[in-house]
Amino acid sequence: MLQLSLLILLIPFAGFLILIFFGKRLPRQGDWLGTSFLGITLLMSVFLLISKIASIPGDTLSYSFSWVIIGNPDAGGFSVDLGVMIDNLTVVMLVVVMLVSFLVHLFSIGYMKDDPRYSRYFSYLGLFTFSMTGIVLTDNLLMMYIFWELVGISSYLLIGFWYEKKSASNAANKAFIVNRIGDAGMFIGIMILFIHFSTFSFDAIFSGIQAGDLPFQSTAWLTAAGILIFCGAVGKSAQFPLHVWLPDAMEGPTPVSALIHAATMVAAGGYLIARMFPILTAEALLVIAYIGAITALIAATIALTQHDIKKILAYSTISQLGYMVMALGVGAFTAGFMHLVTHAAFKAGLFLGAGSVIFAMHHALHQKHDHKTDAQDLRNMGGLKSRMPLTYWTFLIFTLAISGVPLTSGFLSKDEILAGTLAFSSLNGHYLLPVIGFVVAGLTAFYMFRLFILTFHGKHADESRVSDLKESPFTMTIPLMILAGLSTFVFYSFNPFAASGGWFFSAIERPLSLVPEALQPASAEVFAQAVSALHTPALILSIIIAGAGIFGAVWVYQWKKTSAVQISEKFGALYRGSFNKWYFDEMYQAVFINGTFIITKVLRWFDETIVDGIVNGAAYVFERFSVVNRWFDEHIIDGLVNLTALGTGVLGKVLRKLQTGKIQHYLAFVVLGMLVFYFIII
Amino acid sequence: MELQFLGIGILTWILFLPVAGMILILLIPGERIQAIRITATAITGLQVILAAVIFRHFDRGIEGINSIEGFQFVEQFSWITVEAVPWFGRIEIFYFLGIDGLSVLMIMLTALIGLIGAISSWTITKQVKGYFALYMLLITGMMGVFLALDFFLFFIFWEVMLLPMYFLIGIWGGPRREYAAIKFFLYTFVGGILMMLVMLALYFSVAVPDPVTGELVHTFNLLHMMNPAYYVEGSLLAGVDTTWRYVAWMALFINFAIKIPLFPFHTWLPDAHVEAPTPISVILAGVLLKLGTYGLLRISFPIFPDGTMYFMIFMAVLGMISIIYGAFCALAQDDFKKLIAYSSISHMGIVVLGIAALNTQGMVGGVLQMFNHGIITAVLFLMVGVVYDRTGKRGLNDFGGLANQMPKYTGIAMVGMFAALGLPGLNGFVSELFSFLGAFEAYRWIAIVSVFGIIITAGYILWTLQRVFLGKTPEHLTNLKDLTTRELVCFIPLVILIILLGVYPSPAIELMNTSLSYLVQVVTVPAY
Amino acid sequence: MENSFLQWLAQPELTHYLMLGAMLFCIGITLVLTRRNVIMVLMGIELILNSANINFIAFSRYSVITLDGHLTALFLIILAAAEAAVALAIVLNIYNRFKTIDIDEISLLKG
Repeated sequence: MLQLSLLILLIPFAGFLILIFFGKRLPRQGDWLGTSFLGITLLMSVFLLISKIASIPGDTLSYSFSWVIIGNPDAGGFSVDLGVMIDNLTVVMLVVVMLVSFLVHLFSIGYMKDDPRYSRYFSYLGLFTFSMTGIVLTDNLLMMYIFWELVGISSYLLIGFWYEKKSASNAANKAFIVNRIGDAGMFIGIMILFIHFSTFSFDAIFSGIQAGDLPFQSTAWLTAAGILIFCGAVGKSAQFPLHVWLPDAMEGPTPVSALIHAATMVAAGGYLIARMFPILTAEALLVIAYIGAITALIAATIALTQHDIKKILAYSTISQLGYMVMALGVGAFTAGFMHLVTHAAFKAGLFLGAGSVIFAMHHALHQKHDHKTDAQDLRNMGGLKSRMPLTYWTFLIFTLAISGVPLTSGFLSKDEILAGTLAFSSLNGHYLLPVIGFVVAGLTAFYMFRLFILTFHGKHADESRVSDLKESPFTMTIPLMILAGLSTFVFYSFNPFAASGGWFFSAIERPLSLVPEALQPASAEVFAQAVSALHTPALILSIIIAGAGIFGAVWVYQWKKTSAVQISEKFGALYRGSFNKWYFDEMYQAVFINGTFIITKVLRWFDETIVDGIVNGAAYVFERFSVVNRWFDEHIIDGLVNLTALGTGVLGKVLRKLQTGKIQHYLAFVVLGMLVFYFIII
Repeated sequence: MELQFLGIGILTWILFLPVAGMILILLIPGERIQAIRITATAITGLQVILAAVIFRHFDRGIEGINSIEGFQFVEQFSWITVEAVPWFGRIEIFYFLGIDGLSVLMIMLTALIGLIGAISSWTITKQVKGYFALYMLLITGMMGVFLALDFFLFFIFWEVMLLPMYFLIGIWGGPRREYAAIKFFLYTFVGGILMMLVMLALYFSVAVPDPVTGELVHTFNLLHMMNPAYYVEGSLLAGVDTTWRYVAWMALFINFAIKIPLFPFHTWLPDAHVEAPTPISVILAGVLLKLGTYGLLRISFPIFPDGTMYFMIFMAVLGMISIIYGAFCALAQDDFKKLIAYSSISHMGIVVLGIAALNTQGMVGGVLQMFNHGIITAVLFLMVGVVYDRTGKRGLNDFGGLANQMPKYTGIAMVGMFAALGLPGLNGFVSELFSFLGAFEAYRWIAIVSVFGIIITAGYILWTLQRVFLGKTPEHLTNLKDLTTRELVCFIPLVILIILLGVYPSPAIELMNTSLSYLVQVVTVPAY
Repeated sequence: MENSFLQWLAQPELTHYLMLGAMLFCIGITLVLTRRNVIMVLMGIELILNSANINFIAFSRYSVITLDGHLTALFLIILAAAEAAVALAIVLNIYNRFKTIDIDEISLLKG
């Protein structure tokens, strides 16, 4: 099984390497290669899932090797091990990743058909799949971080895939940098754990903490480590306050949005929390729950008013991710993880459906040589139902699923989450969480049906514009149908109203909390009791709220009983806030981006003027000094020398007068001299 | 372990091959440019082969650092001996070479970057003969610093390297070359003087009994200087934790900090880089900066463990400031070379942070970062050189859309830039990881603040990528040619190393692991 | 008074010879210092030499009886002859070169 998992890890990487170097030379630019590789790994991971859950559900398999040895491991040194681990969480997540990735590959064959960098696109998808598989399979924090960054870079490459557009490369940069902020936090968290335990392995760290060995012997540091590692999830899963990158990431090709920015990579945050769950303290979990709740609410309110089909889906993704994170935070572990899985299916479906619509719109507009109309704007759509029946029906299923209508997968997981938040608040009184949960459920139903109705129902604003609109090719509709199938309840539980009886709940159990007793959240048993007590009211309430949301949307947009414009005018300030995404981008731009630039400008000035100024100043001072010195040397020192010479010269000039050249004068001097001597001697 | 050829040890070969090459080049008539280029390339290529031989035969299990038994391929001959000078005593200076885990990686780096630099120097057209002659001398100087175990010899090579560098920048540089060259020279020279003072102080403080006569002889031997037993009672630097020892440590530190360069001694670097021709920038960033950190590890740490322990937080703080400050300054640049220069400051800050941690992982991370940064900046500077050769421009805003125009170039540049950004799977990540892990163990908050440097790093790297490679190709760049074979030959070994060491760094870490753990022990567990 | 001088004159002694020598010397010096003509200067020199001769002989005569003084005087006479020959040769050369033997005109050594 481990060999199989390694193969699953490496096959997409092989695909990446082959395609990046030889892609252009392969027939059909190698799309078949990437897709078939993914098909193989999908089959492998399904096999892995079935054999793991069926035969050894309780075991954890792992394999690791020593990557680097630092110092002498016997005396203070340590060995950094890398390895893979397979448990139930892993296999489920693997299937999700491989499935969505495979379907997106398939979908992309049609969607990306005429792109100049077709093979490059598939190689990036391979790189992404490889990195994501790495996150799923890892048995240690280091590899988690490594692949965490690698999915970041593949996401960067894919968001900026159409890099000729400035907006695309901006979005790519934004995504990577915002993620880096989260990653920096995660890195610090990992350092805290590593420094104390000298290992990155989950297993060793968990057992250390279980034995009461806390980082720096302080519960505060343990909580800090948990929250800091969660920062990574905040970045990757676009949680508040780092959620701003995800809507911009929609600049990438739509299948990429489906794969990376809806189904898998952004869900990695949830996976990370699930992995770290045993060592998260109650306080850390509470922070996580509130972050999730805030994110869910903010994103849902923004989604209400957007016009871009992909932006709405992006905000709904953020909102649903908030749900997952909230669920994990309140301790509804299985529900949260299940929502991750079901959401992956229906949100990938929604994006691919949207992709199908955009693709069709784009081609239709292209035929009319209309390049001005935005193919993604809801206002340019409407009445597509009859022209794209397959897309329409599958899209309906996805919309029902995300709205939490019974018989769908979304209903199962969402219902469990809401029950979980209710249970949590009944246990320790955080009533805000379930309230937000239910409100967001209603909002979700509303805006999703708004999207749905505006896209497919009603009349098109300008019929002539879409006269050539056709259903997308089969490579695009088949993935939609598969995902639609997977958005029904049967794959998760045979009881359409309760997930807890299905295989999923028995396979994915909430792990034991390993932190010291006093810091633990309510135990799984207590929590499960509370959930089962509150399950029926939650179920009824969630159906009612979802129904209300759908009804509201139908009321306003289908029947047009109330004008949307009137409502928006009534709530002017709120509407503007929501429409402008609560000004997060503007705020960050003003505070962080501009702040950073001001700092850089100041530092550059400081560097060039002060630091270098001191250096140049010192040079200048020395130069001036040397000028003074030169003057001194030339005038004083050399002056003295010259003075001596001058004195001698003057003396000579005087004395030369004696040299008349007349022998008799000389003789006279001789005589005089003799006389003088004579008199001196006398 | 003795490796000899023609009765001359391998270290002497690797050290003086370039000098031989220089003489050879000087004998070739100046107009036979091709012959000169080929000679230079061949000589540096031979050096790489010798380095590979060393790599193969190097014993990973020997500690080195402060005992002659720990050094490998040792060559020790009396070089200058003056009997009984009044007051000075007997002067004995050794030609003393040897390598241990600390220097071996630097030898590889010097040889490799030397070769890459020589190949990329083929674009030089002005006074080729003089250029390559000086280039060869420069390589000997650098190699000598890494090999010397006698302080006097160390100092000589330290200064030998200065002069060719001065001329290479001052003659073959850009428009403000004279300013840059003089700034570089004076800066380094001031440091050199400080080092000389410390060297003399050490010389008079250390005396070793002559094995035959038992007479106490002063020595420049670095290994003897590391042994507290050899310090003369009552001499200037005798004892532990004395003010003079701190002063000496500080003087050495300033010398090395100028070379590294650490904030606030860094301003010569951007100027030197901007003005230097591409291959010289490669050498400067790739090898020369490492001399600073190498000197700290080879001289300051083991000779003054007390000073090192006393000032370690100071060092770490300077490292932190360099990381953040360098990154912010890089963000503000619009000259490609300046940007890389500041990124060098930031990355060398990581080295200092790592080694200041004084634990094995920090030390390993730091030294590995020296090596990795050497390779990464070499790629980055070569990368600038490529577009500079083609367009004569270096401004970040002069470019755009090169990804479509020059796909091979873009691919390689992306690998280099992502490595600089610390992307896992490329070598920069590994060394940053261990540096930070080490620093975090020693100084929690300094490390936490420093980690934010990697965010800013991501910012300036990606912004640069965007400005230069992404977007639409402007009209005036549509006739740019992609990389030539010669340029590819420069890039490919470096790129392979970047990826190889990123995926599996063990071969590099094994080389230094034993020595560096021992060095940590030497510094942190006092011998007295 | 007159008598005593004449008497002194009539009885010659060493002093007389010395006086004579001194007079000759003074005349010689005067000639050397005052005459412009080189020949006259030379004659002055001859007088100086001869005054020395007189002194030698006088001292020789009035002291211990040896022949040292006489011999030196003889030697000096020969020397003076040789000197005169050389000097006259120089004078001839000077004349040839400067067309004058006025030593005031010949002031090449003037500083």
